[in-house]
Amino acid sequence: MITLQHMLTLSAVLFSLSIAGIFLNRKNVILLLMCIELMLLAVNFSFVSFSRFLGDLDGQVFVFFVLTVAAAESAIGLAILVVLFRERRSINVEDLDTMKG
Amino acid sequence: MTPTFSLASLVPALPEIYLVAAICVVLLVDVFSGKAASRVTPTLTLITLAVGAALTLAYAQVSAPVELFSGMYVADPLGTLLKLLCFLFVAVALLYSRHYLEARGLAKGEYYVLVLCALLGIFVMISAGSLLTMYMGIELLALSLYALVATDRDSGIAAESAMKYFVLGAIASGCLLYGMSLVYGLSGTLLFSELAVALQGEPSLGLIMGVVFVVVGIAFKFGAVPFHMWVPDVYHGAPSAVTLFVATAPKIASFALAFRLLAGGLGNIVDTWSQMLAILAVLSALLGNVIAIAQTNLKRMLAYSAIGNVGFILLGFVAGTEQGYEAALYYTITYVIMTLGSFGVILLAGRRGFEADELDDYKGLHARDPLLALMMMMLMFSTAGIPPFVGFWAKLQIFEALWASNHLALVVFAAAVSVIGVFYYLRVVKLMYFDAPNAAAPPTESHPGVRLALGLNALAVLVLGLLPESLISLCERVLG
Repeated sequence: MITLQHMLTLSAVLFSLSIAGIFLNRKNVILLLMCIELMLLAVNFSFVSFSRFLGDLDGQVFVFFVLTVAAAESAIGLAILVVLFRERRSINVEDLDTMKG
Repeated sequence: MTPTFSLASLVPALPEIYLVAAICVVLLVDVFSGKAASRVTPTLTLITLAVGAALTLAYAQVSAPVELFSGMYVADPLGTLLKLLCFLFVAVALLYSRHYLEARGLAKGEYYVLVLCALLGIFVMISAGSLLTMYMGIELLALSLYALVATDRDSGIAAESAMKYFVLGAIASGCLLYGMSLVYGLSGTLLFSELAVALQGEPSLGLIMGVVFVVVGIAFKFGAVPFHMWVPDVYHGAPSAVTLFVATAPKIASFALAFRLLAGGLGNIVDTWSQMLAILAVLSALLGNVIAIAQTNLKRMLAYSAIGNVGFILLGFVAGTEQGYEAALYYTITYVIMTLGSFGVILLAGRRGFEADELDDYKGLHARDPLLALMMMMLMFSTAGIPPFVGFWAKLQIFEALWASNHLALVVFAAAVSVIGVFYYLRVVKLMYFDAPNAAAPPTESHPGVRLALGLNALAVLVLGLLPESLISLCERVLG
């Protein structure tokens, strides 16, 4: 029997993985975008499981909005990435360090 | 509850509805006016904002909170005041930045449309009645701001700061959203009004975790230490006109976010979040003011000053009382007025190819342009909290609210930190008045209209400081 606890644990694990991915990754900005996507999906999972167990549809409606926003967010993220690549000829996270102080 | 959905019942949401239509009009006019677009769009945007403010003032005023769309949207006096102020602040910001954008080839239609979209996001946040509306507002504002920061496509540091802003902003939204999902799961509702009823008494461990994530998200959006990493880089890397926008109206949105979510939805479990907020506020006020001393770039210095001031705004929330929220509201409004002015001076002092963002660029400004130096001095004195300027009353309100809610240690701490802050604001004044003029600096821009607006802005800081009662009582009235 799969309970709410199992689903929330999975959601928490996915969320931690995405946070760890963002902070440990020093190589590639595209990996950051993927981690951000994973983070939103973890949240969606948590919303859907709560919604299922509460018998309340609001949580699932919320997920649709999050999915839409996530799509817009990746579009803008990739657009900024293109601008960055044109200027720097690199998408290495370690190269993003020209400003200090 | 029977659904009543007549056109008349939508009137309290007029600012948002109007703004959506206006954005479409501005976008279309910009596309179809061809070569004339660079003259038409900025003027049309300013007219749009003026008409919006007039409509809000005439039709959308409410004397008591009104709920629309099944409680997802709340119109109340606080919302009306904040929206009117945002109309004004955005109009002033656009007025200051027009010549800057034109001189650098950034005055494209997208810029104005994005600013209006960001304003719409701010409005949605101000009037949010549920977690869902709040999230949509936050994202609308944030996505517009990411694009605005990257608007100068030939600047490497702008692209870099946009990327940092994007990644950290996305983490912030993710954390906030995760917290929202936990709060939703443990209360069974998305509406702030029902959350306040459902969440009372001793919070469960899961709820505390949810609140932690919500507070982290809010702190990211405010730029409070230790979630402030994006603030200096965005202020520094973005074109100064964008920095001016990012530093002003979104602060009102952050206030609305914290007020609706913490004081509204989670208002009956104040003790759970006020402790966390106290730590964030103390760290922000301390680190912001101390690190600002070490800066050589004026935009970066103002970024750390923003972090320090956010600490003071959060201290108002820490008090957790009506008086505390009033003080936070008053502080936010006055801080935005002062920041508008300071960045306005930066925009006027620069030219194409010379950004005037280093502190050394202001050496001997008094000898080169006495009026501009005078305005900057008034704004710096005010931000430092020196009477009779308005910044003094803002700080005093926070102290009083903390005193009344028995946070004596925080009062002493906040007073000490503001004294540290005075040092770097006065350093700017010293550079302008007592140092030899910087020979390499080109003359400042003249633009009489912008100068007049900037003069009024600096004068407002003085007049509001001499007659503080009106604005303070207004803040009390809209929250009471």
